Amino acid sequence: MTTFLGMPATAPRGVGHLRGDEPFPAAAHKALANDQLRRNLRHATTTIRGKSGRVIAELPDWQELRSAGSAIKADVMSRLPELLEQLEARVTERGGVVHWAADANEANAIVTDLVRQTGSERVIKVKSMATQEIALNEALEAAGIQPVETDLAELIVQLGNDKPSHILVPAIHRNRSEIREIFLAAMPGVDPALTDDPPVLAAAARKYLRETFLSTKVAISGANFGIAETGTLAVVESEGNGRMCLTLPETLITVMGIEKVVPAWQDLEVFLQLLPRASTGERMNPYTTMWTGVTPGDGPQNFHLVLLDNGRSAVLADEAGRSALHCIRCSACLNVCPVYERTGGHAYGSVYPGPIGAVLSPQLTGVEDNASLPFASSLCGACFDACPVKIDIPSILVHLRNRAPHGRIERAAMRAAAYTMDRPKLYARAQRAAKLARIAGRRGRGLPLGWNEARDLPEIPEQTFRDWWASR
Amino acid sequence: MRIALFATCLADTLFPEAAKATVRLLERLGHEVVFPSEQTCCGQMHVNTGYQRDALPLVKRYVQTFSPYDVIVAPSGSCVGSIRHQHAMVAAAAGEAGLAARAGDVGARTYELSELLVDVLKVEDVGAYYPHRVTYHPTCHSLRMIRVGDKPLRLLRNVRGLELVELPAAEQCCGFGGTFSVKNAETSAAMLADKMTTIESTGASVCTAGDASCLMHIGGGLRRKDSGVKTVHLAEILAAT
Repeated sequence: MTTFLGMPATAPRGVGHLRGDEPFPAAAHKALANDQLRRNLRHATTTIRGKSGRVIAELPDWQELRSAGSAIKADVMSRLPELLEQLEARVTERGGVVHWAADANEANAIVTDLVRQTGSERVIKVKSMATQEIALNEALEAAGIQPVETDLAELIVQLGNDKPSHILVPAIHRNRSEIREIFLAAMPGVDPALTDDPPVLAAAARKYLRETFLSTKVAISGANFGIAETGTLAVVESEGNGRMCLTLPETLITVMGIEKVVPAWQDLEVFLQLLPRASTGERMNPYTTMWTGVTPGDGPQNFHLVLLDNGRSAVLADEAGRSALHCIRCSACLNVCPVYERTGGHAYGSVYPGPIGAVLSPQLTGVEDNASLPFASSLCGACFDACPVKIDIPSILVHLRNRAPHGRIERAAMRAAAYTMDRPKLYARAQRAAKLARIAGRRGRGLPLGWNEARDLPEIPEQTFRDWWASR
Repeated sequence: MRIALFATCLADTLFPEAAKATVRLLERLGHEVVFPSEQTCCGQMHVNTGYQRDALPLVKRYVQTFSPYDVIVAPSGSCVGSIRHQHAMVAAAAGEAGLAARAGDVGARTYELSELLVDVLKVEDVGAYYPHRVTYHPTCHSLRMIRVGDKPLRLLRNVRGLELVELPAAEQCCGFGGTFSVKNAETSAAMLADKMTTIESTGASVCTAGDASCLMHIGGGLRRKDSGVKTVHLAEILAAT
């Protein structure tokens, strides 16, 4: 006998960054008008695409690796509770403390409390999608604790009071002169003679961050992987800031989405090949940091792992959509997406932009809270081909469109079209009647449709194919 | 061979030349073409816009209409993609397991034109003559959903008089995406603008593709900007002599 406990909850409203302020088309309208943004995006995505394509082509078994990554993730989702409890047991055995957070509010409260207990008024942060998702920085600030982002691009976003626009390259929408202005305005102790030369900008950030690393006692990170069999956590990054945060402070608090667990150490063999090649176009990550609980006399002596649900169980409950949880946050789908390349990440409203965001955000929040996102795709399929764990994003988009709320007029039109198309004689009459549409103006230029802003409608032919066939 | 033609609602209504050319081409190659008159639409627009229940009768209609035929052809990679990859899913989601199985069978016998020619009829030189400079846009669903690969290009390379020029960034979507071009008209137009720039950069006088829908979109944009480049369906080029 089983007890039905109801569908798992979606991510709560009023907290976190999973919902935009306006529907995608309205947000995209602003982004499309920003020429600088479109140039930056095109340059950045084209560069990453090329680099990633070259290193992927080096591997003869790339397709097999993708299949393996997909299979491991499917296995994880099929026994997630068991693996999470195993992870909890191993982390605890090794001196860590595991906390379970049902949603963003719980996670923020747990982390804020833990930081308060240390007495520290500042924390250093490793770039983490999960903590952005739950708006942890805002929660810490409200509690009088200053979070400092230590990934260079995240720092640019934070100092600019901005939002990240790409999973991997959060400041992809900024160019170097904008970055110089942000540093001059907001970076403590910055040299007023700062130029916009990239090495100079990097050196300024390095100096500021180095002082911060050495004087802050608490760090907060996310996790790329959590290994159930050993209790080991893994973070991969490119700048070394993560290594600083994960080794220098006295206390380390890691917030990990529950889908990030993998069964065994050996599984990293697959993911540590897939992730760098698909994301930054590197053969391996410059920094791969792994730690297991607490090691006396080495590294943080207090370790807390916060396991975050925040709608993930609801995603898991949907058989047709759950593979969105397989995502390893590489952002390959963003870099190949023709929609993302034109609109950038802000248009998606959520911290998860691009194709994966269009399937993940609506599932985490419930599709009614992100109803425009499943439609923010031409279903071209480039994301599916690029995904290192073979998430069939187009099929999930179609699935979510079927669950999204529809407008009354559209619904009526679709019903009428289906009714007509299921009746060949009526359909043929409707085809002939379409000629009357010519009254609407030559090439449809007079029609009040968005389509007609940039495109002519085709001329209605004299004779349909079926009439021609009948007359043969 | 006896081949059933699924004209697709779009070609039937707005681009009859593509469907007529498919008939002429296959007849010229010595095959018998039949047009089952009960056919209408594959239902892709409904499925991809979020109306799977409304698409169910159209899936049923397609399966019933084409079940009697061993080989079915459509001049559209996108419609074939929907038939092959979505029909069984729509039927299964509605709890119609029997229909889903039949949809899978009929879908497996439904070919896009270049697939039919190269894979089934084993012909790459169809004896066409088309003296123009042509560039080929590999539509997304032909490329990534049914994986026609270079079959259309192999057919085009054998057309007498035709100068084939490569389209830069060919695999990029033109921005059509069915109702995407209405719901996200501005983003779609931005994608189209880049596609038109690459097409015009080739110096081709004709842009061809295996889908009337994408060509309607690209052609609508090219006409609006009074470009000299025409859009012509692959079937029409292959039928030309």
